[in-house]
Amino acid sequence: MSAPRTLLDKIWQAHAVLTRPDGATLLWIDRHLIHEGSFHAFGMLDHAGRGPHRPELTFAVADHYVPSHSRAQPIGDPEVAGMVQQLHDNAMRHGIDFAGLDDPRQGIVHVAAPEQGLSLPGLTIVCGDSHTATHGAFGALAFGIGASEVAHVLATQTLWQRQPRSLRISLSGHLGAHVTAKDAILAIIARIGAGGAAGHVIEYAGTAVRALGMEARMTLCNMSIEAGARAGMVAPDETTFAWLAGRPRLPADFDAAVAAWRRLPSDDDARFDREVALDAATIAPTVTWGTSPETALPVTATVPDPAAEPDAGRRERLRQQLDYMGVVPGGRLEGLRVDRVFIGSCTNGRLSDLRAAAAVLRGHRAAIPGLVVPGSVPVKRTAEAEGLDRIFRDAGLTWGEPGCSMCVGMNGDLVRPGERCAATSNRNFPGRQGPGARTHLMSPAMAAAAALRGAITDVRTLGGAQ
Amino acid sequence: MMTPFITVRGTVGVLDRANIDTDQIIPARFLRKPRSAGYHNFLFADTPSLRAAASQAAVLVAGENFGCGSSREGAVYALVDAGIRCVIAPSFGDIFLGNAAQNGLLAITTPAATAFAATWRDGDEVTVDLLAQTIRSADGTTQPFAVDAFRRRCLLEGLDDVGLTLQHAAEIAAFEVRDAVDRAWARPPAIDQANRSSTPSGVTP
Repeated sequence: MSAPRTLLDKIWQAHAVLTRPDGATLLWIDRHLIHEGSFHAFGMLDHAGRGPHRPELTFAVADHYVPSHSRAQPIGDPEVAGMVQQLHDNAMRHGIDFAGLDDPRQGIVHVAAPEQGLSLPGLTIVCGDSHTATHGAFGALAFGIGASEVAHVLATQTLWQRQPRSLRISLSGHLGAHVTAKDAILAIIARIGAGGAAGHVIEYAGTAVRALGMEARMTLCNMSIEAGARAGMVAPDETTFAWLAGRPRLPADFDAAVAAWRRLPSDDDARFDREVALDAATIAPTVTWGTSPETALPVTATVPDPAAEPDAGRRERLRQQLDYMGVVPGGRLEGLRVDRVFIGSCTNGRLSDLRAAAAVLRGHRAAIPGLVVPGSVPVKRTAEAEGLDRIFRDAGLTWGEPGCSMCVGMNGDLVRPGERCAATSNRNFPGRQGPGARTHLMSPAMAAAAALRGAITDVRTLGGAQ
Repeated sequence: MMTPFITVRGTVGVLDRANIDTDQIIPARFLRKPRSAGYHNFLFADTPSLRAAASQAAVLVAGENFGCGSSREGAVYALVDAGIRCVIAPSFGDIFLGNAAQNGLLAITTPAATAFAATWRDGDEVTVDLLAQTIRSADGTTQPFAVDAFRRRCLLEGLDDVGLTLQHAAEIAAFEVRDAVDRAWARPPAIDQANRSSTPSGVTP
């Protein structure tokens, strides 16, 4: 009898090329996803006279800098255009599969790679992007790395890592009506803090997690980094296998793969270094008020008042955030006026997210402007086939082309200084959506409700009276 | 190549707040710049109070979870190019720690950072000795610190990580042979050439 193992243990051990006496493991990397930000890494390779070791395990897709407006026109800003061009050039000269602006697979890397069947249970997946934990939804070990590590993976298809500690977060019971995976992950981050899972890989478990579809599981795992976690993962099950079946890049012998994947879930008696438990039924539609995702509260709550905070350091921190956000201490979240909405991103730019937002907006006009950006070309095409684009356009919102867009603003989609944005993305950091931008994170349905009313709104109160 | 790190004696910058994320360290709009553009110009570009504290410093002391958020290595480039050799904090973002190690920036995780942040003043002179693993404050008191042994060696010797790994090329090759049998399903099938894009259309030539 071998010792009981976690999902993380099993993946780790299957990928260990060697372990140094100091405990660091050289891990084999199954999939390397790259985007425009890889230019530093290719520069390092060129400088050292090296090339990629296994280019066929690398997938390049343009997402961070691609325009949201029509692609009939060239990218105006030559520096932005150059970023997409460089990715193309680097991919082509090294024989790396590349999905550019005219490719039917193009999209945000964390939406596009799963759609292609590149993200599978039991794999190690890395990308020079902190939201790589998204792919953990399939039961993979997926994490973000920096440019030097991107160069290391390109050159060796391996990475030196120490095995992170394990943290199981169990969501018992069931999420309520209009409460989504986004609300759950925001509530989790609020509970454990923005650095609460540092040095850990989270395994999300429990009945409420098992009940989630794959897109919702991706939303959940996506924001693991906002709790400081190295990665987040959900054990693969029938939901996973059914979602994967028929994807383009699956292994030839899919049944054999599924048989191997069934052995991946953590053993019943496996021990985790830490455990956190939440009752899903206690989670409400959740909104952030400050400049860290940990400032998430039920929409029905009031924002903190620094006067009630006894610790001087924390009091100052609250004051700084309230000042930046232009929020009244002790004020209600509900009813807070919003200037614009952004629906999209690697967190909430998938078909189910767009459907949820469209269900709220159907037949109504938004009170404020907004941008809806599908996560990929396949998401966009399916949404259009279902008429979702018409619902958004009829509501007065802009329907964009797939990419990271206003989550990070690298393509020029910026929230103006002082503007308040209801966003389905993942970060409310100061200046994240543009200098001086004020971001409130929430689910797609909640962002749609904010668009309708021009204010933060509890989507549960809209009912038939929208 | 990175500058080997042994001892840094330099002035302090106090960034007394938690969760200083990499978007604050370097806003996204600068990430398209080549390294030759001088990343020090972008350090804390939209946060004047942090920029002022860091402007003359070689050693920064910060609150918990420093460098959280985006994986952008540009955050470390901005610090290093601005002359920062060491950041001391109670905790760091995991990816930031990896990026720091790759670029000769010493990140010291110590609970003593909280006391340093409370007592040190911008411009104080401190000494960080990586050989002895000590931090000497301006008042002469000395505090030991712990650091990952391998990262310490890389910092001291300025080692090339990829070069070190390639010394294990035979072990990697043996793993690949073994793994192709054990996990045949883990290799993706060849790409359908008809489905590939050949040109980044919409891009100005």
